[in-house]
Amino acid sequence: MTTGDPGVGDATVDERSGVARVVATPSALEAIDHVIAERGPIMFFQSGGCCDGSMPMCFADGEFVIGSHDVRLGEVGGCPFYIDGRQFKVWRHTQLILDVGIGEPEGFSLAAGVDRHFIIRSRVFTMAEQAILEGT
Amino acid sequence: MAVIDEVTSAGTTSEGVYVAPGQPGSVVDVKPRYENFIGGHWVAPAKGQYMHNISPVTGHAFTEVARSTPEDVELALDAAHAAEDAWGESSLAERAAVLNAIADAIEANLTMLAVAESWENGKPVRETLAADIPLAVDHFRYFAGATRSLEGRSSEIDKDTVAYHFHEPLGVVGQIIPFNFPLLMAAWKIAPALAAGNCTVVKPASPTPWSILKLAEVIQDIVPPGVINIVTGPGGEIGKALASSPRIAKIGFTGETTTGRLIMQYAAENLIPSTVELGGKSPNIFFADVMDEDDEFLDKAIEGLVLYAFNKGEVCTCPSRALIQESIYDRFMERCLDRIGRITQGNPLDPTTMLGAQNSAQQLEKIAGYVDIGRQEGAEVLIGGERTGLDGDLSDGYYYEPTVLKGHNDMRVFQEEIFGPVLAVTTFTDEADALKIANDTLYGLGAGVWTRNGNLAYRMGRAIKAGRVWTNCYHLYPAGAAFGGYKISGVGRENHQMMLEHYSQTKNLLVSYSTKPLGFF
Repeated sequence: MTTGDPGVGDATVDERSGVARVVATPSALEAIDHVIAERGPIMFFQSGGCCDGSMPMCFADGEFVIGSHDVRLGEVGGCPFYIDGRQFKVWRHTQLILDVGIGEPEGFSLAAGVDRHFIIRSRVFTMAEQAILEGT
Repeated sequence: MAVIDEVTSAGTTSEGVYVAPGQPGSVVDVKPRYENFIGGHWVAPAKGQYMHNISPVTGHAFTEVARSTPEDVELALDAAHAAEDAWGESSLAERAAVLNAIADAIEANLTMLAVAESWENGKPVRETLAADIPLAVDHFRYFAGATRSLEGRSSEIDKDTVAYHFHEPLGVVGQIIPFNFPLLMAAWKIAPALAAGNCTVVKPASPTPWSILKLAEVIQDIVPPGVINIVTGPGGEIGKALASSPRIAKIGFTGETTTGRLIMQYAAENLIPSTVELGGKSPNIFFADVMDEDDEFLDKAIEGLVLYAFNKGEVCTCPSRALIQESIYDRFMERCLDRIGRITQGNPLDPTTMLGAQNSAQQLEKIAGYVDIGRQEGAEVLIGGERTGLDGDLSDGYYYEPTVLKGHNDMRVFQEEIFGPVLAVTTFTDEADALKIANDTLYGLGAGVWTRNGNLAYRMGRAIKAGRVWTNCYHLYPAGAAFGGYKISGVGRENHQMMLEHYSQTKNLLVSYSTKPLGFF
């Protein structure tokens, strides 16, 4: 991908190397299957700022209108995962790892099962991974 | 801030610690279960479901609140619409009297509500006694006064034609409250809405639904039925039902950016206005001249940096990025770290406790995650950096050490709101460098500037892209000082009489006093 303004549809997984911008733990994948079975297709949007910032928000697919400056980071369990393009610029050196935490979700996010919510852990990409992802 | 001295000593142990709500001798009664507050009554949720409410002080549930569904939101909207005409037509004097009565009732129950708020949120009771609750009282009084000064305008278009402008209420509004100041943020939203003649349906944050229900107990006989309605439950169910309802005339929200966008999206679908306050990553800038003297002002500046730990850092305007001029960095930080090292953390109900519990397990894990990524990015941990282990009843509570990370502004810990007692600190060379770093952020809610040079303070204050720039002070929230964000920190302002405009329609009567036809037809 280019380093210019990101936009919807940017390729975010390098197919040959398998470097993904967002991945999910087995518990997250299990929770996704559970939520889909209960409520139908879902989508994720990485939030920022204030009380529930940094939480991955889980919505019914299409509930949240994706704007032309949002970035599709990839898919988790078959569900699209987006981030605001401005936020992506300052987060792009890190891999997002979707996981499940104990407790109710906050904001308008759907739960990841009873008394469970989705969370994000992060990992800084290695220089080699960053080179692949940024095409440099 | 002198309120602490006047507070009754009732409800405390021999060590001066407030007895936990619901326990014998506490100033706060706790019922096993709370229903929604709708139409002036306590109404069971339509589906009969309840959810545990946890105190972050202990990490354990202490009561239950309604786990409402969209049917309950409809009931609340029914009650609000039933009250809409009478409240909207009430005189400004009548509205002001109700707002003043609410303020008096909160003040008369100051200790009880302060202890309840501390137990609900995890914040130290010294803060709720001296700041949260007194500020909520003053907020209602401010808008009681502001509403009396509300005047329409008229203009003489020509000799026989007059344009009259009247403020008219919007009608029924929806308001969604964050968890960090459950009562004060409720006051910030409810007071101007009522002052402008609106009825409201309030949805408290999912982790903090209870203290506002204690507030409702205090004011239930003061407020006309249906003017204030409170529905508790999960945001994904009832927050959405309220915000997307075609039966509200405005939605007010404080929270994070994604929900803020969703709120505006729902508002767009219904073509109604919204006010959204969405967080920040506020720079707190210390110029070298703060150390020109070792005096009271320097002491104030040091405290100004340490204020990142106020309310455990769970403040949208937390001064979470300290920018310190290179030439004083070592000496200044030494003094600050000494002060941070002397922060006492423990039971929030102990009036000597400075740092309480984070609001939820979710917050605690998020903070730990950020400190982890800060370390991965190469930030240096100057102090803290771990969960605080406390004993006894507090062992399952959500405590985190006051933490300082040194790094640079490109790191995620400098760019993203952590909402915990975690300060990211870096240096700058000169005024231009300070300004560049200060504005290199997505957010623009608050900022702090510390200097003995008034001209420099003014230039910086005007050049920083933020809605509020505290100058030689921080974390003051007086009613009458407009509060709101630049950039992605939100749209709209709170905490000022201009809110009356945000919660009003403008009615224009264009009146001709001439008897002559136009002559077109």
